[in-house]
Amino acid sequence: MSKLYLYLENGDYYRGESFGHKPESPRLSELVFNTSMYGYQEIISDPSYCDQAIVMTYPLIGNYGVNQDDSESITPHLNAFITREYCDHPSNFRSRQNLSQYLETHKIIGIHQIDTRKLTKIIRTQGTLKCVISSNEMTESELSDFFSTPYETNQIEKVSIKTISHFPALGGKRIVLVDFGYKKNILESLLKRGCDVIVVPFDTSFEKIAEFNPKGIVLSNGPGDPKSIEKVLPTIRKLQESFPMFSICMGHQIFALANGADTIKMKFGHRGGNHPVHDLERDKVFITAQNHGYCVREDSLGATDLEVTQVNLNDKTIEGLKHKTLPAYSVQYHPEASPGPNDTKYLFDQFIESLSEDQYAQR
Amino acid sequence: MPKDNSLKKVLVIGSGPIIIGQAAEFDYSGSQALRALREEGIETVLINSNPATIMTDKEMADKVYLEPLTVEFVKKIIVKERPDAVLPTLGGQTGLNLALQIEREGFLTQQGVKLLGVNLNTIEQAEDRQMFKELMIELGEPVPESKTVSNLKSALDFKEEVGLPLIIRPAFTLGGTGGGIAHTEEEFERIVKSGLDNSPITQCLIEKSIAGFKEVEYEIIRDAKDNCIVVCNMENLDPVGVHTGDSIVVAPSQTLSDKDHQMLRDCSLKIIRALKIQGGCNVQLALDPHSFQYYVIEVNPRVSRSSALASKATGYPIAQIATKIAIGYSMDEIMNPITKNTYACFEPTLDYVVTKIPRWPFDKFHSADRSLGTQMKATGEVMGIGRTFEDSLLKCVRGLEIKRCHLELEPNKNFSTEELLEKIIHPTDERIFEVSELIRRDISIHDIYDRTKIDLWFLQKIKNIIDLEKQISTSKLTAEFVQRLKIMGFSDEYLSKKLDLTEIEWRDKRNQLGVHAKFKMVDTCAAEFESHTPYYYSTFEDENELEKPEQETVLVLGSGPIRIGQGVEFDYATVHAIKAIKELGMRAIVINNNPETVSTDFNTSDALYFEAVTFEDVMNIIDYEKPKGVICQFGGQTAINLIDILDKAGVNIIGTGYESTDKAENRDRFEKALKDLEIAQPIGTTVSSLEEAVKVATELNYPLMLRPSYVIGGQAMQIVYEQSELEEYINFAMEVWPGQPVLMDRYMIGLEVEVDAICDGEDVFIPGIMEHIERSGIHSGDSFAVYPPQTVSEKVKEDLVKTTIKIARDFKVKGLINIQFIIKKEKVYVLEVNPRSSRTVPFLSKVTEIPMAKIATKAILGKSLKSQGYPTGIQAEGKLISIKAPVFSFSKLRNVDSALGPEMKSTGEAMGRDTSMQKALNKAFKAAGIDFPRYGTILATIADKHKDETLEMIKRFHECGFNFMATKGTAKLLRENSIPVKEVEKIGRSNRDLLDEIKDGNVNIIINTISRGKNVESDGFKIRRAAVENGVVCMTSLDTTWALLKAIEINSLGTIAL
Repeated sequence: MSKLYLYLENGDYYRGESFGHKPESPRLSELVFNTSMYGYQEIISDPSYCDQAIVMTYPLIGNYGVNQDDSESITPHLNAFITREYCDHPSNFRSRQNLSQYLETHKIIGIHQIDTRKLTKIIRTQGTLKCVISSNEMTESELSDFFSTPYETNQIEKVSIKTISHFPALGGKRIVLVDFGYKKNILESLLKRGCDVIVVPFDTSFEKIAEFNPKGIVLSNGPGDPKSIEKVLPTIRKLQESFPMFSICMGHQIFALANGADTIKMKFGHRGGNHPVHDLERDKVFITAQNHGYCVREDSLGATDLEVTQVNLNDKTIEGLKHKTLPAYSVQYHPEASPGPNDTKYLFDQFIESLSEDQYAQR
Repeated sequence: MPKDNSLKKVLVIGSGPIIIGQAAEFDYSGSQALRALREEGIETVLINSNPATIMTDKEMADKVYLEPLTVEFVKKIIVKERPDAVLPTLGGQTGLNLALQIEREGFLTQQGVKLLGVNLNTIEQAEDRQMFKELMIELGEPVPESKTVSNLKSALDFKEEVGLPLIIRPAFTLGGTGGGIAHTEEEFERIVKSGLDNSPITQCLIEKSIAGFKEVEYEIIRDAKDNCIVVCNMENLDPVGVHTGDSIVVAPSQTLSDKDHQMLRDCSLKIIRALKIQGGCNVQLALDPHSFQYYVIEVNPRVSRSSALASKATGYPIAQIATKIAIGYSMDEIMNPITKNTYACFEPTLDYVVTKIPRWPFDKFHSADRSLGTQMKATGEVMGIGRTFEDSLLKCVRGLEIKRCHLELEPNKNFSTEELLEKIIHPTDERIFEVSELIRRDISIHDIYDRTKIDLWFLQKIKNIIDLEKQISTSKLTAEFVQRLKIMGFSDEYLSKKLDLTEIEWRDKRNQLGVHAKFKMVDTCAAEFESHTPYYYSTFEDENELEKPEQETVLVLGSGPIRIGQGVEFDYATVHAIKAIKELGMRAIVINNNPETVSTDFNTSDALYFEAVTFEDVMNIIDYEKPKGVICQFGGQTAINLIDILDKAGVNIIGTGYESTDKAENRDRFEKALKDLEIAQPIGTTVSSLEEAVKVATELNYPLMLRPSYVIGGQAMQIVYEQSELEEYINFAMEVWPGQPVLMDRYMIGLEVEVDAICDGEDVFIPGIMEHIERSGIHSGDSFAVYPPQTVSEKVKEDLVKTTIKIARDFKVKGLINIQFIIKKEKVYVLEVNPRSSRTVPFLSKVTEIPMAKIATKAILGKSLKSQGYPTGIQAEGKLISIKAPVFSFSKLRNVDSALGPEMKSTGEAMGRDTSMQKALNKAFKAAGIDFPRYGTILATIADKHKDETLEMIKRFHECGFNFMATKGTAKLLRENSIPVKEVEKIGRSNRDLLDEIKDGNVNIIINTISRGKNVESDGFKIRRAAVENGVVCMTSLDTTWALLKAIEINSLGTIAL
């Protein structure tokens, strides 16, 4: 097993063992942690982790291998995957390869034998920070070069599909899924409910989308800072005027920005499968899967037509919004789960059912 | 939903005595419940018959009733106390069943008392097999296909339908007699026939066998708002087929993908919602290792052993939250008690691995059937927390106190590989060691999987341990390699043996290499939020999270897993010691590895170290904490056994130390000490060889009492009557305890008396004397004990007090001391001195209202007895009579003889207290679960030597209305004394013998004093087992029988005709 070096922007450094891809040259990433005990395959393949390095807080990773069904995208965009212990002898009836092989195929760096709890606490106290992973020890000047490079903000462009693709379902309600880096299970959740889905690149024009004559629009999850794609906001505004719209994660933030609210980078975000969300309308708490580093600022909602429908029980950040007059609403978390609890899957049912009423005909 | 303000007073039902399947976990949950209710300003009333628990401490509730857990007494208390509600979900199956019974009778409704946390319908739906099956079908959740049959033909039809293997469960037979799993056509026919024969209603349940499936458990909580969360999921290393209480269990599940996990999570939540439980619930599921097919096995609509384990494994206190929910709160209104800054309505996430290994009583019961199946046999369990699975597993192995510090069991080396491969097919407590030995012999894990169905993931992890083990002799001991060994959980004890060093030498070497243990926190949230609860485990990684405040600190050693001879009594004392240290303004920290207990509740101490109670783990804590000292006298033999090595390592032992302990436990020193003090003791000596033993025996004369030195609970203690028995015993002892001398005493028959006292080095305070109902020869833990003594003269009492004071001072005891005496012809003999907390400390503390463990702790920390108000002498006796009754778990253990003797067999205790001896006895028997009849038939099988003594007793039973059944000899005696008797045949002498009478329910009480000993083929043994299996009261001591008679007499009419 060869060594890998993990350097943090705060000056800390760790030595671990390599699995998966071994970097030819040092690579800069944003360091975040995820507290899910299950679902590493879904997490690694979630495009929202583009350019990031994930620390898994659960110490044993790779136990059930990698299978053919559970990837959330064909090409993962993650940079590096950090665990306490990597397991190269998976055991599960669906496992087709071990995690190391999978990471190698997709050129994702794996590093283990690291005190991941210590790393997690650093991120918790100091906030998300930059890190460099290298096969060789690096000098201070090399490192300072790396850390002074501004972190890229073009992740959505990187991960969004380049061409429109259609998943036909005869007689199904047509949904346009705007792709900021969608997880496969959002698409699957729609298809499973009989929808006819057209996935479009994130910067597709309103006219193009309208041409498909959809019954509803879904804005997907995606990586990075929502403000990096402010150019799409006018399109989103037009879309919500014309079609019922349901937005998830990055989609939720873009929905908020399009309606005049503001977003802010969180100290270390929410990433995990155990986040309690208080649904204010139902007065009930749902356990949700989350993965976001930005959130909508509550104090920016005053002048907008948006109202808060759900909040995080622990830190009270906004987890759900709805438009006061239009049939448009959003959630910050992942109702499609995968990985994580299925508690909020009903949101898809509710959205799709609502589409049968022709809400725009009355207007 | 806020608190229900109509609740001003709540009755909590406890779980009673410790039995297999219902142990200290309910002391933990009950204590949490009482505290949670108090926090809300609700007045609490508790009923629990178990004096050994923390929850029955006076200060735990506003009113504590140490009364029998029967419908009669629960009703009496409700009528007297008029609570607004009853909380029954924290007292195990006992609590739930009691609540169910009184609710069914309409008693609660009639009294206007609410039932909290659960309703009748829920309990029935969860517990009634048929109703449960119907509910699952309604929910679309799969249960194993099954059919009730009453003849072979319908059984065969069902077999055609679903195929083999099938499980056959005969109806209404205890312990599944006559049933089994059928893999072949022949087996199926044979077992169905035997099952139908054995069932009194000729009925069997035939169920599709899912043995070999993965067994997964979900611990869930729901509130009235219908918020539901999964606190923890757990995967059993042993697949379906072994009771979860007897399985090695891991949290969280390891071999489940997110899809597998979410599917089972969804199912569990669906079930708790359908049952409308408000509180904790446990769902057990079976998952096919080769598909998504799963089955629901069982649901427990209450907190359980698993929920205690889940609470300790995650840091999420299920019982506490369940209690808050029961009184109206929803989880989003309750703070997470461990982080104190997030809410209880979330799902804990772990950043470590937890393993639990059960602790079985087979070291005590050599004849017991060690096979593991659907009937739980373990008395306790240990839990290990690690950052690797290997570490958590090995922490458990060394913490079990079965003289193993590694996955290694010497006797396995004598088996051939073929034999071992055959052995692992049938699960026993030793399977994990057999599997390890096979891996050590390079047998492929696939071959092992084929035979055991233990998931390859677990087998590979065991292989990791063995692979690393093999590298030790060939590798250079670099810091890196040692670090690797340590994070994989290799114990210092094992490594030092392997490297031919003493453990202290090895430890120094490891420290020189810079390989030190680090401590991490259990925080429910994998470090996502800051946590404010000092709950730690050790690992060998970078960061140490320990925050040590500048305060004088005292380390208390816990007592490890619950086993026969070392039960919840020692946890009681440990908790009291912690409380006392805190009361003195010092910081109390504790080390223990038993997830069931109150001592491992993170609310108990100022810092909890969840670690095996071994030298290595204790020293790791001492290195960082640098406590003022360590207290060893409350943690039973577990802690006492460490005194020697801790002393050698230079640790300051607070209270009675090595010198005094050795003086009491080293037979030669002990004898000399008593001689010097001119205190009488039974004549005896120690022997180290068979020759010596035979020689000594002729000097002492039979019968002789034999025992190995340094054991607790009379382990392997035996009375021998002749040389052949002596030889058998000595050979056995030399093999099991090589190098340890055997103690040989003349067996002295007399009254047994026990004293617990406190000594601060000068003064000796005695709260009271306890008298045993049974004469010497029956282990004190299995005897009924009475306070205050009823038959001891004032003169003898004085002698007892004087002797106790003399011994305590001479032995330089600082803290608690327990002395066992025999009184013969008004003379006091000392049998045993234990310079530590004993099993009777909680009982005596409660009945005398002297908090002994607390006083002792303060005394050893410098607060003299005088200054605490306890001068030398004995406290005046109380007026009430209190009786401690032993409780046994024989129905759970096959092939164990229920005859009482010098080796302890009871698993728990209960108590009865009243104004007269008879009334107290009546309660004590009831509390111990001995549901004696008021009339009926007594089967008397009496040894010749006891016949005269029995006659008077039989006459009195006859007057109470009992009829008799006896074999020839005893029958003759009864007839000669004008007592009508039905003569029955001895075993095997006729088509119909006395065993048939027992099986057919024609016998209500058995008095049996014949053929004791280890022979399982003897008539006496067969009769006693038949009694256990048919639920018949069986008395094996005449003294206990007299006591029972007295209890029956007070219940009989008692009128005298003119």
